[in-house]
Amino acid sequence: MTAVANDPSVAEAGAESGVSIGVVTFPGTLDDRDAARAVRLAGAKPVNLWHADATLSGVDGVILPGGFSYGDYLRCGAIAGFAPIMEAVVSAANAGMPVLGICNGFQILCESHLLPGALIRNDHQHFICRDQELVVENANTAWTGDYTQGQTIRIPLKNGEGGFVATDEVLDELESTGRVVFRYQGLNPNGSLRNIAGITNEAGNVVGLMPHPEHAVEAGFGPEDGGGIDGQGFFSSAVRTLVSGN
Amino acid sequence: MARVVVEVMPKPEILDPQGKAISGGLTRLGFTGFGEVRQGKRFELEVDGEATDEVLAQAREAAEKLLSNPVIENVVAVRVAEDAR
Repeated sequence: MTAVANDPSVAEAGAESGVSIGVVTFPGTLDDRDAARAVRLAGAKPVNLWHADATLSGVDGVILPGGFSYGDYLRCGAIAGFAPIMEAVVSAANAGMPVLGICNGFQILCESHLLPGALIRNDHQHFICRDQELVVENANTAWTGDYTQGQTIRIPLKNGEGGFVATDEVLDELESTGRVVFRYQGLNPNGSLRNIAGITNEAGNVVGLMPHPEHAVEAGFGPEDGGGIDGQGFFSSAVRTLVSGN
Repeated sequence: MARVVVEVMPKPEILDPQGKAISGGLTRLGFTGFGEVRQGKRFELEVDGEATDEVLAQAREAAEKLLSNPVIENVVAVRVAEDAR
């Protein structure tokens, strides 16, 4: 992992766009290096941010990557939701900065109230790891502009507590306002209500989802079916959003 | 030193996979007298000094803000512990 992440050709590829995207590392984060690599491959500069930081070091966007945080004691993402850096993330997100939460990052976004709902243990009680098909239901967010409405993508999914739940009123509102960004297709891997895999906030700058786009950004490393690079669009969308002038 | 006990349970309408797994375990062990099982959490907060009304109010606020997630859980009790540990 280290050798790949430090590959100088990849490092040089970043920053072409002048866009910098912060990747937050919490105690227990696993996928920060992959997220940083995905940012680089999309032509932006990844900036390592630390959970105990008080500022965002001037980045243009933020990714809360997957893995775990603070042992996920209490509830997944509960302690991280109040980590020092989250105060800066919440205020930047409310001011329109693109923020993406993947897996544990999605749980943190829900626990910090940037997104509604909560994630609970998978209904079948098992950890699940598979290549997952998703339907893109909203191609107008800061992180999905490079997809098309109704497009099917295939990216890895790996979670033990990925069941998305919310009240019927919240689910109805999410659906009627187009804030369901991704739905599981073929199989609902964790019992998420209404097959919801990812959602966005009202402004469309904050997106959270359980599956992992950062693991599907380079041919040969992502899912075998469908080219394995269906996750690229997240990062290229954010770069495009930021370059085209927010 | 006083202690405040906070009890949190998953909301009745939310699926509780942990309780479901425990229920299966009970059946396998021959404890057939029980139906559904739900698993919650009990927190014990040590208080510096007396458990005043103000302390209890603070515990209630902490219970809503951090110890529980109102989307999926209910705070079912916030009280001063009277029992020995």
